[in-house]
Amino acid sequence: MSTTTPPEIEPGRPVTPQVPAAPRRRPVRRRGERGPLGAALLHGGLVVASLIALAPVAWLFYLSLGPDKEDYLHPGGIAGKATFSNYSFVLEHTGFLDWFKSTMIVALGTTLVGVLVAATTGYAVSRMRFPGYKQLMWVLLLTQAFPIAVLIVPMYEIFSELGLIDTYWALILVNCTTAVPYSAWLLKGYFDTIPFEIDEAGRVDGLSPFGTFFRLILPLARPGLAVAAFYNFITAVGEVAFATTFLLDDSKYTFAVGLQTFVSEHDAQWNFMAATAVLIAIPVTVFFYLVQKNLVTGLTAGGTKG
Amino acid sequence: MTVAIDRATGKRRGDRAPRPGLGQRVRNGLQKYWYAYAMIAPVVVVLGVLVGYPLVRGFYLTLTDANSLNSARTIGVNHIDATYKFIGLDNYQDILFGPTAYDRFWSHFLWTVFWTVACVALHYTIGLGLALMLDQKLRGRTVYRLLLVLPWAVPTFVTVFSWRIMLADSGALNQLLGALHLPQPEWLEDTFWQRFSAIMVNTWCGVPFMMLSLLGGLQSIDSSLYEAAEMDGATAWQRFRHVTLPGLRSVSSTVVLLGVIWTFNQFVIIFLLFGKNSAPDAQILVTWAYALGFGQQPRDFAQSAAYGVLLLSILTVFTSFYFRWLKRNDQLAV
Repeated sequence: MSTTTPPEIEPGRPVTPQVPAAPRRRPVRRRGERGPLGAALLHGGLVVASLIALAPVAWLFYLSLGPDKEDYLHPGGIAGKATFSNYSFVLEHTGFLDWFKSTMIVALGTTLVGVLVAATTGYAVSRMRFPGYKQLMWVLLLTQAFPIAVLIVPMYEIFSELGLIDTYWALILVNCTTAVPYSAWLLKGYFDTIPFEIDEAGRVDGLSPFGTFFRLILPLARPGLAVAAFYNFITAVGEVAFATTFLLDDSKYTFAVGLQTFVSEHDAQWNFMAATAVLIAIPVTVFFYLVQKNLVTGLTAGGTKG
Repeated sequence: MTVAIDRATGKRRGDRAPRPGLGQRVRNGLQKYWYAYAMIAPVVVVLGVLVGYPLVRGFYLTLTDANSLNSARTIGVNHIDATYKFIGLDNYQDILFGPTAYDRFWSHFLWTVFWTVACVALHYTIGLGLALMLDQKLRGRTVYRLLLVLPWAVPTFVTVFSWRIMLADSGALNQLLGALHLPQPEWLEDTFWQRFSAIMVNTWCGVPFMMLSLLGGLQSIDSSLYEAAEMDGATAWQRFRHVTLPGLRSVSSTVVLLGVIWTFNQFVIIFLLFGKNSAPDAQILVTWAYALGFGQQPRDFAQSAAYGVLLLSILTVFTSFYFRWLKRNDQLAV
């Protein structure tokens, strides 16, 4: 792009206006600028989309303020009698705190195991080529794509035999089937961004490959480890199918199961459900926003670089 | 000891020595690559135990007539041994070609395909549209971005319930439609509207991921390409068609693959939107397989597992063809 703009440029096109436009033409716009109509359309479109994105969440919050379980049918009435009583009821008279504990145990367990097991593999597939490399990458990719229907029946059988049904371990182990390959995949993407020269320097100075990994690369990869951990955590919190099937005792339910208990075929306590949903959603959402940017890069980078 | 770090430049030596025998090769390989194998060992072991073994076990189950009445189980202190027996490929035969196979498998299969295609197409087009809008210079971009990511940020099992309240018979959406004097469909009762709502909710949940990935892709396109195109007199459409779309290729091929896999496997939305035992016609294969295995009495473990194996085969075939197709078009460096 070293050429200069040719002097005989047609005015009226949205080109950098080095040449003063003829006085009676409409003013030439700079790159990326819009007329008032364009700007209005753009903002209009984004406002509508944002409202659609926001509405269900906001609605849930609004309904959680209505004290009666039929209030969702007459939302207009809620504004007059808004109260936080649902929240105190949920905290005091339901299993909310038990569910919180279970969710934390399962999610933190999954996170820890997933990242610990996957870290060295992520490094190995980022730096080394060995027979079986392609097959391993293929397995790592395919395991993440497993539909829950593939593993749920045999897992249920195996856990019944081992007496692990209705324990946190069952859930942690099952979650690891996706957390481990995913973390390995994501960490590989992160290790790829750390220059090879660091490894080479370490090797020249006499470190073994393990030494290089643990002393040089691992400390540098902390942000990558954090992203993998966050993602495992969020996925584990949101896991529904296995938790619904493997947990029987309602004091061991995770949030994803507990929330379902408000709505049965016979009775639906929508007001408590909404309050619980809001209580769950706030921390998870805040957490998500903190790591959101890295998450997207991690998810797509792993895939494109292969 | 040879270097364990190999930049994998892809160079191959042309004149190789004759291939040594198998034992020799294994020994050489171990000596040369033991670092790598030691490092991948944890994952290989964990996946072998947690995925490999259940997979084999599950495949064996599909060859039996296991259900919750003849499986091994413990009632109180009594342990009852499994009594199911080997029946070969009968389950597959029954699912694919047996009587009422259309109602049980093929109708769900067609609906799953439609659901996947429709959802991914909607995710992609809406996501791309929003990404293009967010890529402009405008005031409040960060605020829009934060709001638009919300459906991804809030856990799905929470938002699905919110939709369920809104879509209920006299819920918010129908009240709104009523106020506008528009027809008020029975979102969660009528088959067509059940399917419609499922796609709608899934679209709502899945757009943010596409939007953010594509936005990242858009921002990585070199702006000098646009300048050059403008210089050559390209219209906005031509710039989009010949600069933006090709620039998004590698991101697109990845997110479309992820989107297809996630949508095909999407369990939470349909499971929670319709509750446990309603809407049989709106079940995609994953939720249908779950319903067979855990949503009825007696639980049909064998057929449920057989559905699982079929699902996995469909996904594997699709993924390999997709990769082959990408490779041929040189869009992915795998």
